[in-house]
Amino acid sequence: MADPMRIRAVAKDGNVNVKILMAHEMETGQRKDSAGKPIPAHFIQHVSATWEGKVVLSATWGTAIAKNPFLEFSFKGGKKGDKIQVTWTDNKGDKRTDEATIN
Amino acid sequence: MDQSRRNVLRAGGGASLFALLASAGMLLPEAALAADWNQKAFEAKNLKDALDALGAGSPVTSNDIVMTAPEIAENGAVVPIAATSKLPGTESIAFLIAKNPTALAANFDIPSGTEPSVSTRVKLAQTTDVHVLVKAQGKYYITKKEIKVTIGGCGG
Repeated sequence: MADPMRIRAVAKDGNVNVKILMAHEMETGQRKDSAGKPIPAHFIQHVSATWEGKVVLSATWGTAIAKNPFLEFSFKGGKKGDKIQVTWTDNKGDKRTDEATIN
Repeated sequence: MDQSRRNVLRAGGGASLFALLASAGMLLPEAALAADWNQKAFEAKNLKDALDALGAGSPVTSNDIVMTAPEIAENGAVVPIAATSKLPGTESIAFLIAKNPTALAANFDIPSGTEPSVSTRVKLAQTTDVHVLVKAQGKYYITKKEIKVTIGGCGG
C-alpha cells in the first residue's frame, strides 16, 4: 500500500480550496535502469474527489504528471467540519483512498 | 532506487483485495477501475492525434482560458502549471504537451459546483508548447504557451 496522501481543505467565502499531495513514483516507462533495461511504466491513471457523496473533481492522468503529484482545485458548498475523500488508482491496479476534514 | 518502498508497495498490493480488483480490471477493460481512461488519447504521440482521440477536432483558440506557467523551467521534471477557464459551462480542462513522448498529460472533469480552475505539476521532456484544452457547452477551446526547459524531465 502506498503512503498516505496529504490533503488540505480550507473553507472560505462559500468555497472550499483543496490541495492534495500524493506519494507516487509516476514512472513514465521511458526511462532505463543502470543495466539499460526499460523501467516499466507505473503511474496514477485516475483521481477523484468526493464531498458528501458528490463527485467534486474527477481526472484521468497520463505519464506526464510529475512524481509525487500535486493537485489543487476549489468547489462550492462545502463547509468547515465536512469530510472529503480522495481516491487514486494506478495502472497496476493499486489504489489508495484518504479522507480529510474541511477546515 | 528506493527499493524498500517498492517492496512495501508490492507486498501490500499482492496481499490485499486490490490484487483481485487489479486482475479483474485487466481482464475487463470496461471495469470501473479505469472506466474512463482514454487509452487512445493518452497514447497519442502528437498533439493532433491526442486532440482527435479526445473528440476535440480543431478547437477554437480562446483568450478566455488563462494558463499560469513559468516562462522558463529550470527542471523539466517538475513544472507547475495551472489553468482557469472563464468560458461559461466549462465541463473539462485538459493539459497537452506538444513535444512530450505522449502529448496528453491530464484531463480533468469539472462537475457543476466546482470552479473551472486546476493546478498541478507536470514533466516536460524539452522546450515545448503547453496547450490547455477546455470543453464548454459541448464545444472545444484551446490556448497555448511555450515553456523553455533547461533540463529535460524524461531522461534516463
